[in-house]
Amino acid sequence: MLLYISKRLFQGVFVVVGISILIFIISRVVPGDPARMALGPRAPQYAVDELRREMHLDKPLPVQYCYWFSGVIRGDFGKSINTKRPVMADVKEFLPATIELALFSGFLFIFFSIILGLLAARYRDTWVDGIIRALSYTGIAVPAFVVAVILMLLFGYVWPIIPVLGRLSSDITAPPVITGLITVDSLATGNFTAFFDALKHLLLPSLALAVGPLFQEARILRSSLTDNMGKEYISVATGYGISGSVIMRKYLLKPSFIPVVSVMGLDFASLMGNAFLVERIFNWPGISRYGINAMLNKDLNAISAVIVIFGAIFIVVNIIVDLIVASLDPRIRLGGK
Amino acid sequence: MERLLDIRNLKVWYSTYRGFAKVVDGINMHVGKGEKVGLVGESGCGKTTTMKSILRVLDSRKVHIPEGEIIFKGSDILRMNYNEIQQVRRRSISMISQEPSAALNPVFTVGDQIMEVIRHSGQFDKNFSKKDMKSLAIKAIRDVLISDPERIFDSYPHQLSGGMKQRICIVMALVTPRELLIADEPGTALDVTIQDQIHRLLRSLVEEKHMSLIMITHSLGVARELVDRIYVMYAGNIVEAAKTKDLFKNPLHPYTRGLMDCVPRLSGGGVSEGIYGYIPDYINPTPGCRFYPRCPDAKEVCSRQKPPATVATENHLVACFKYN
Repeated sequence: MLLYISKRLFQGVFVVVGISILIFIISRVVPGDPARMALGPRAPQYAVDELRREMHLDKPLPVQYCYWFSGVIRGDFGKSINTKRPVMADVKEFLPATIELALFSGFLFIFFSIILGLLAARYRDTWVDGIIRALSYTGIAVPAFVVAVILMLLFGYVWPIIPVLGRLSSDITAPPVITGLITVDSLATGNFTAFFDALKHLLLPSLALAVGPLFQEARILRSSLTDNMGKEYISVATGYGISGSVIMRKYLLKPSFIPVVSVMGLDFASLMGNAFLVERIFNWPGISRYGINAMLNKDLNAISAVIVIFGAIFIVVNIIVDLIVASLDPRIRLGGK
Repeated sequence: MERLLDIRNLKVWYSTYRGFAKVVDGINMHVGKGEKVGLVGESGCGKTTTMKSILRVLDSRKVHIPEGEIIFKGSDILRMNYNEIQQVRRRSISMISQEPSAALNPVFTVGDQIMEVIRHSGQFDKNFSKKDMKSLAIKAIRDVLISDPERIFDSYPHQLSGGMKQRICIVMALVTPRELLIADEPGTALDVTIQDQIHRLLRSLVEEKHMSLIMITHSLGVARELVDRIYVMYAGNIVEAAKTKDLFKNPLHPYTRGLMDCVPRLSGGGVSEGIYGYIPDYINPTPGCRFYPRCPDAKEVCSRQKPPATVATENHLVACFKYN
């Protein structure tokens, strides 16, 4: 097991380096001069040249990469042309909001997809299964930003009981920044008003993000469960008089969760990157929205930082998922024949 | 001989989109105490369905049993409540499935699965510790001629060969005392030498423990080696039942004869004639004999009427108008 973990971590490092090279090359070959864009069309040529030198844009690409990557390792992604601040400061400000959103959304879709999947499998081919199936197809087909707009319309206009913009109401003082996750920080400082207010603000955007993965995973869990119910080893276990609860727990749930966990991990990791439309709609000050703004303004350092960070998060989440799957499935843990 | 299990006029239907598939069509068979009985027929003739209905492990949402009784030690299994059938499954009857790879749960060690069977058997009092259970399991693994039972105990199914998995299935079936073992084509998925070993092993274990055995197989040759009495099944009907010796000396039903011709002989050369055609439609079966379309000796009456089981000679039953 330990060998397996270290192997996965080792691979992960290589993937991060690979991503950094790729994103660096892509960000440098797109047309447009970042220095010119930063200074505007009217800036004199000598000022542009000076900025180019300052940003090492006059050096060959491999040298530029080395400058850049040595900074990245120290946590320095350079300055953002857009916000005129170090990119790392922006990331520190915006990333926690997205992480908070993704965590909450992940919790929602994991929790409810398991419940719906179990219900649909337990009452398969009845009306319960039918309703969940119809809901699922709708939920999978409708994109998150449409759900977001509908939710906003419902709860911002028709029935305004839940706040629809930002992370906190303006009349509530934000808790001191410890982790950057407002819910965690407010709990840590015992500020329950802020905690509940932050939760309310989280509800709609995370729900909008959760809808797609939620129903998709409910479907996968249902089919995986019904699939395993028909397995010979279930009828063998029944034939030995093994009690229903043991069959459920041991013989059915554990093997059925293996495919679901993998998809959950992928969905969770892609939440971060896919959040930008939802973040935009709910005015959520997250890294996804920041990344899109950086792209529109050709803010190279910011783009690279956002993508490297997303890549690293993706890899970490995937390693965690692989470890969970390996702990569930001995065929992966021990290497199958 | 005292009857341990007595199946009377059992019908098992599967519901399909086209209607009921009448897979088991009123069969009668019985097993005496300590008797070894074979149920022989080609794939899809309803052997496994019959056996699974004894332990009631068929999917109740798809299966309908319109008629019949399965009397085990005086009470009808089909009319037992949940607790009663659980007692039968835990203490009295065990079944070896035909696919050893599919019969074992891939995410738990085989030891874990054997222990679960022991734990549920309810045959041990509270003083019987987990350690005692484990040593019982290890002993049972050693009994099926596995030389390093401790290592196998901690293995997962995917780490074992097919023959090993088949042995583990036998261990699960025999680790606690039982009265009847149903073996559903054990070894079919394995190569012939291993299959032969498994069969010998099974026979010696069953005899040693004075159990009754129902051996399901598609091969008359295997049945001849292992059992005292043979039921020949065709398309959900028992077409012939006799002592093994009598059946081979004097096969009566045309289907039984066809089956015997199917066995390739080492000398004599050539492929035998065999039986033409396929197993019939179960959804709209013919009103007459189900073997009629393939029968070389078919008469006019065979297409209209079901042949009743007739006593040909003592203890030799055949369902064919030829002997009526």
